Amino acid sequence: MDLHLLDAAPTPAERAAIDAFLGPPKDGWTGGAREPQDAHTAAGGHHSRSQRHLLLPALLAVQRRVGWISAGSLMYLCQRLTIPPADAYGVATFYALLPTAPRPPRVVHVCDDIGCRVRGAEAVCAELERTVGPAHHPPTGTSHELPAIGSGWIRSPCLGLCEEAPAALLTQAGATPVERLFGNATAGRIAAVLAGNDSTADQTRAPIPQAGDPDLLLLRRVDRIDPTDLDAYRAHGGYQALRLALDLGPDGVIREIADSKLAGRGGAAFPTGRKWDAVAKQPVRPHYVVCNADESEPGTFKDRVIMEKDPYSVVEAMTVAGFATGSEQGFIYLRGEYPLARTRLQHAIDQATSRGLLGDNIMSRPVRFTIEIRVGAGAYICGEETAIFNSIEGFRGEPRNKPPFPVQIGLFGKPTVVNNVETLVNVLEVLRLGGPQYAAIGTAGSTGTRLFCLSGHVARPGVYEVPSGTTLRRLLELAGGVAGGRALKAVLLGGAAGGFVRADEIDLPLSFEATRAAGATLGSGVVMVFDDTTDFADILRRIAAFFRDESCGQCVPCRVGTVRQEEALHRLQAHRPIGGTAAELALLDEIGLAMKDASICGLGQTAYSAVESAIKRLKLFDGVAPR
Amino acid sequence: MTTLVSLAPPRRLVSLTIDGKGIEAPEGSTILEACRTQGTEIPTLCYLETLHPVNVCRVCVVEVEGSRVLVPSCSRRVEPGMVVKTQSERVVHSRKMVLEFLASSVDLSTTPEVARWLGEYAARPDRYGPPAPPAAAGARDGLEPGHHDPVEPGFRATVAQPTKIDNELYLRDYGKCILCYKCVEACGTDHQNTFALTVAGRGFDARISTEFAVELPRSACVYCGNCIAVCPTGALMFKSEYDHRAAGTWDESRQTVTQTICPYCGVGCNLELHVQDNEIVKVTSPLDHDVTEGNLCIKGRFGWQFVQNRASEERPQGG
Repeated sequence: MDLHLLDAAPTPAERAAIDAFLGPPKDGWTGGAREPQDAHTAAGGHHSRSQRHLLLPALLAVQRRVGWISAGSLMYLCQRLTIPPADAYGVATFYALLPTAPRPPRVVHVCDDIGCRVRGAEAVCAELERTVGPAHHPPTGTSHELPAIGSGWIRSPCLGLCEEAPAALLTQAGATPVERLFGNATAGRIAAVLAGNDSTADQTRAPIPQAGDPDLLLLRRVDRIDPTDLDAYRAHGGYQALRLALDLGPDGVIREIADSKLAGRGGAAFPTGRKWDAVAKQPVRPHYVVCNADESEPGTFKDRVIMEKDPYSVVEAMTVAGFATGSEQGFIYLRGEYPLARTRLQHAIDQATSRGLLGDNIMSRPVRFTIEIRVGAGAYICGEETAIFNSIEGFRGEPRNKPPFPVQIGLFGKPTVVNNVETLVNVLEVLRLGGPQYAAIGTAGSTGTRLFCLSGHVARPGVYEVPSGTTLRRLLELAGGVAGGRALKAVLLGGAAGGFVRADEIDLPLSFEATRAAGATLGSGVVMVFDDTTDFADILRRIAAFFRDESCGQCVPCRVGTVRQEEALHRLQAHRPIGGTAAELALLDEIGLAMKDASICGLGQTAYSAVESAIKRLKLFDGVAPR
Repeated sequence: MTTLVSLAPPRRLVSLTIDGKGIEAPEGSTILEACRTQGTEIPTLCYLETLHPVNVCRVCVVEVEGSRVLVPSCSRRVEPGMVVKTQSERVVHSRKMVLEFLASSVDLSTTPEVARWLGEYAARPDRYGPPAPPAAAGARDGLEPGHHDPVEPGFRATVAQPTKIDNELYLRDYGKCILCYKCVEACGTDHQNTFALTVAGRGFDARISTEFAVELPRSACVYCGNCIAVCPTGALMFKSEYDHRAAGTWDESRQTVTQTICPYCGVGCNLELHVQDNEIVKVTSPLDHDVTEGNLCIKGRFGWQFVQNRASEERPQGG
C-alpha cells in the first residue's frame, strides 16, 4: 500500500518506544535507513496487513513513554505497520487514554462517577480546582507540537475501585512509566502525587469482607494465598480442574458445563455450555478464546479483585476453555485502568508457561494453549463482545452487527468464545464439583454462586460471594447495612446499564428469574447503595453523561439519543423543563424507547434503563413543579 | 450496444411474510431488497447499493418476529419463514426518533427526501429547544473522547460548524454530516483504497477527519471525488455547486444532464455532465455501471475546464 504520510518525524524517545515494542525496522519502507536494495523489494501484501493488531499496543507504548500521541509518533507507527495515517488517527482518537494533543507526562485521573460521587468525589475535584488548578484541557489552535511538561489532573469515569472510593489512577509517562490505581484519594494526596511525592507505591488492597469464610467458592483463595505464588495456588486446589478437564476430554467438559446450567456473568446471562459447544463444533480453524476483562460498568470491580488476588484461576480457566473449544490461542482483553491486574496476570502467565501449564505440551499432553494480554485504553464500549474484536484487531472499538455471532465469525473472523472473568472462574468450580452438583447451588434458574460489588453508602463495601437467589436484604446485612445507620433510599442493581430498586423492594431474591420478573437486572453484579441524603437528579445526570461519553457514535439512536437524554435530565435538574415536567418525562420515554429498540448494541439498548427505573420505580420527578 | 449477462448461478427462493403478505425473495438478499422488489418503501440514508451496508443510520429498521430489538433491513438477510413488519408502531416510533435526532443535530437542508419523511413520520426536531451556538472553526476536531462540556440547559447540541474550504475542487460542510460512513467506505476498501478519511473521536463528538484533521491538500486525498458521489446530505459538495448556491444561482430545474464517455484514458468511464446555462456545474457517473459503479478519477470528475475554454478561446493556428 502506498502510504501518504504527514511531514512529521518522531522524537528519539518516541522512536525508541516504538522500536522497543516492534523491534527495529527491517528496511527503508518501514521506517529504517534507506538502502539501494529497497528499490528492488516490495512492501505490503498480506504480511504487512496482518500487523494491524499491533496498532493499539504500539500506541500504548508511545503513550507510556511520552504521555500523548504526536503526529510524528503516529506517522512512524503507520510506516512501521503499513497503516494509513487517517485510519490510525481514527483509532487513537477513539480511546480516552490516548490523547492526540499534548498532555503532561504525569496525570492523575480522578473518578467522579456515581460510586465515587456519593463518597465525596465532587468535593475532591472542587478542592483540586482550588489548590492545583482546573482539570487539564486539550490545547486548542496551533500549539499541537509543543512539548508537554509537568503534571495535571483529569476527570474519569468509573475506575473500578469503588470499595476504596474515591478512586484515582496515576499515569506517569517516561523511560520507566508508572501506572497505579489507588483508592482513598483525597485532594491532598492527589496534589502530593501530582507534585511528585508518590504515595501510591504500596498497592495493598483492602481485604475482601468475607476473607476466610469456608463457604466461599470463587473467592476461596482470595486474600488467603500469595497471588504471585503458583505453588500456593496449586496447594489450594489450583490446576485440579484442568487435570480433570484433560481427563474428561473436550466433549466431557462441555457436558459438565451444560449440566451446571452456568450462565454468563458479564450481564447478558447467555448459557456458557451452549456458547462453548457452538464454537467447538465450528469446522473453521483456528478458534479463539477471549477473556473479557474490560470491566468498565460503573460500580463493577469483581473481576479486578479476582485478577489482582487470584490471577492463576483466570489463566487456568482460560486453558480449560481453550481445550474444550479447540482453541490454541487466548486473549485477555484487560481494561487499561487496571495496571496491578495486568502485572499479576502477566506474572501468572509467565509462571504457568515456565511450568508447562501453558504452551505446547500442557501437563505433558499434546495440548497447546497460549495467552496474551491485550490492554484497553479507556473505552467502556470495548467490553461489548464484538467491539472487543475490533479493538484487538487494531480498529476502532465499534460493535459489529449481529448476526453473525462471535461463535461463528469472531476475532480475526474466526469462531470465538468470549467469556467474562467471573464466568470463566466459575468453570473451575463446575469441574471440581461436577455439573449437577454445581447446579444444586443457587436456584433452579440461576445456578451457582455470584459475586456482587457493594459500593456507595454501605458500611462495608467490597466484593461479596453468595449463592444465586440470596435476597438483597441478606446481602445488605452482610455488608453491614447503610453506612452511618442512615435510611436506605434506593439500590442501583446491575450498574449504569441496570436499574434502581426501592428500599421496600429489598426482599428481592438476586437471581436471573426473580430480577427479570421484577423488571430489574443483575447485570454485572453491581449493588450500589444510596441513602436518604442522595441527590438522585445529580446521579442520573452523571449516568446520562457516562453513556453520552462512552457511546461509540456509530448509530444515530445512541449517538444523538444519549445527548438528548442528558439534555432533558439537565433541564429537569435545572428546573427549566420544556413544556413542563410531564412533557419532559414523556420525551425521555420516547428517546429511551428508540435507543432500546433501534441501537446496534447493548450500550444504546440499556442507556435509558437506570433513568427509566428512577422515573418509574423511584418516582423521582413526581410532584416536582417547574420553578 | 451489448448487454452484459450475469453468469452467477440462479438463486434459491426463500418464502417470508412482509406486512402480512407472503412473498418469495432470492436467498441471500436483504429485507430491504425484498421490500423494494415488492414495492414497499423503506427510507434509507447510510445505505447505497454500491457500498457494504454499515447499518448505522437506523432509519431503515423493521420489526422481525422473534427478535428482541428492531433489525436494520439494509443488512439483515431474508430467512425462510421470517415475519417482517415495516410499519408497526415500534418501527414508526424509532424511525420518527431517528429522523428527529438527525434533524435536531444536523443541517439537512440539502438532503433529498428527508423533508418528506420528517412530515410523514410527524417528526418534531424543534421540541429539543433552540440550537446551541455553532462550534468555532476546528473546535470539534480537537474534542477528546470521554469528556464533554454540556450545553446550556434549554438548548440542544448540534454539529453546526463552519464549512471547511481548503481546495478549489470540493468542500466539506460537516454541519451537514450525519456520519453515515459512506465517504470513509468509498475512500477506503469499498472503492478507492486511498484511506484519506476516517471517523475520528467518539459518540456525538465523532467526526469525519483526515489524520490530525489536516487540510485535504496535506492529506492522502487524490481528489477522485468518489466521496462526493456517495454523500447523501450535500456535506461534501463540488466547489462549483457551492459557489452557485452561495450566489443564489443554483437551479436544478434549469440543468440538463448529458451522458458521455470520459475522453482522458482507455477505461471509458461514463460521465453525466450536469449543465446549467451552458456551464458544467458538476460531474457524476451512473451507479449502476458494472465496472465503475459511479466512481471516477480526478480527471473525469473535475477536469472539464477545457470543454468550457474551447468556446471562448481562439484555437491556435498551424502546428
